[in-house]
Amino acid sequence: MNNWSWDVFVDAFPKIIDGLAITLALTIVCYVFALVFGFFWLFIKMIPLNSLRWLVTWMMEFIRSTPPLVQLFFIYFAWPMVPVVGFALDEFTSAVLGLGIHFSTYIAEVYRSGIEVVGKGQWEAAKALNFSKRRKWTKIILPQAIPPTIPMLGNYLIIMFKEVPLASTIGVAGILHIANSYGAQNWTYLEPLTIVAILFLILSYPSAIIINRLEKKMNRRFDKKETLTRSKGATA
Amino acid sequence: MVLIQAIIEIFPDLTKGLAITITVLIGAAFFGYLFAFIAGLCRLSSKLFLRKFTGLYVEIFRGTSLIVQLFWLYYAIPMLFGIELGSNWWAGVIAISLNYGAYMSEIVRGSILAVAKGQSEAAIALNMSRYQRMRFVILPQAIRMMLPEFGNYSIQMLKATSLVSLIGMEDILYHGNIIRSTNLSQAPIVYLLVLVFYFILALPLIFLTRKMESFSKKGVASG
Repeated sequence: MNNWSWDVFVDAFPKIIDGLAITLALTIVCYVFALVFGFFWLFIKMIPLNSLRWLVTWMMEFIRSTPPLVQLFFIYFAWPMVPVVGFALDEFTSAVLGLGIHFSTYIAEVYRSGIEVVGKGQWEAAKALNFSKRRKWTKIILPQAIPPTIPMLGNYLIIMFKEVPLASTIGVAGILHIANSYGAQNWTYLEPLTIVAILFLILSYPSAIIINRLEKKMNRRFDKKETLTRSKGATA
Repeated sequence: MVLIQAIIEIFPDLTKGLAITITVLIGAAFFGYLFAFIAGLCRLSSKLFLRKFTGLYVEIFRGTSLIVQLFWLYYAIPMLFGIELGSNWWAGVIAISLNYGAYMSEIVRGSILAVAKGQSEAAIALNMSRYQRMRFVILPQAIRMMLPEFGNYSIQMLKATSLVSLIGMEDILYHGNIIRSTNLSQAPIVYLLVLVFYFILALPLIFLTRKMESFSKKGVASG
């Protein structure tokens, strides 16, 4: 432990903290982008055209099973070089697009699983009650589909936060990027990288606990609902 | 025609990185599953210290990002202890396997806990030892539940291997970066090909995962 220097730690700490705003902003913007873009996948898959659905399914599989780092490089380095449609993007926008699109494919799955939770009987009931399409979704499907997805979506926010440092590879000045350049300047990586690790830990661990609680609460609520409907069914 | 020519030019260069990507993946998967089982079983141990210690490991590695861990292992560990990890291959493999081992240990723990309680009670009634209970009754049922998740995580690990290019290993992405830096206008084809390379490597894992999903459901009453 003789190489650890508290002087370097104290010197580097405020500099790295400065990058926290960008890391957090990038996390939020990427996350919102992924949430919105997730709907896009969902809607495009609802179009009743088999060839299109097949194409979209494989596109999502492709995006999901290839490294986000390469996708980031593609958008930042390659997109401006694409003939006709390509144009240059700054680092922040590239990171939002790269990570946002990557995670939107996961988010779309979460939405899908939420809708699948709603039983077939509910859809039939909506039809039997002659509900309009809008009322069916707002009154019956979505109120049941959204709550179980909330903990999952929360989980993805934490995962997103931990993937955001990838953006330092294309030069977004988040905490990891600042720590790396501090290390390169002063030739000491130990303290700055430790600070980054500590910052990630103290931000993501409490959020993980909150999500965990939320999940338990939701599960309890849904168990209750299930027993409620079951007992109702028995008495009817 | 220009496109095809470019692909023919780039393709052999990228295959040079294939060996590194695959060996890192195999190494990371092997140690990752190993760590997952060790940590998962330790968290179910009756020894308080063991439980707390592995709990700490899991929380630290799940709470920070892989890229930070990789840089920490590669740059900071040698400075802290004055030791070298031997090679960047080991740094990459250890970082990925420790990270995903922590995630997968939760799968191991959850699956073992999900085996119905009556099973272990029956095993106790049959006078089986603790080891026998785990080996012959609990684990065979738990592993079935783990398989699909393990498949998913192996795809994640494949994606994670691309990070080793950042610590100077000559994997597919590294070679792609080299070609791009010598010929900027080829960047779109280069990275598209790199993505296709990773996707082709992922395909068997995707199908394996689907197979495991159907396998783990087969002959089991869902409930």
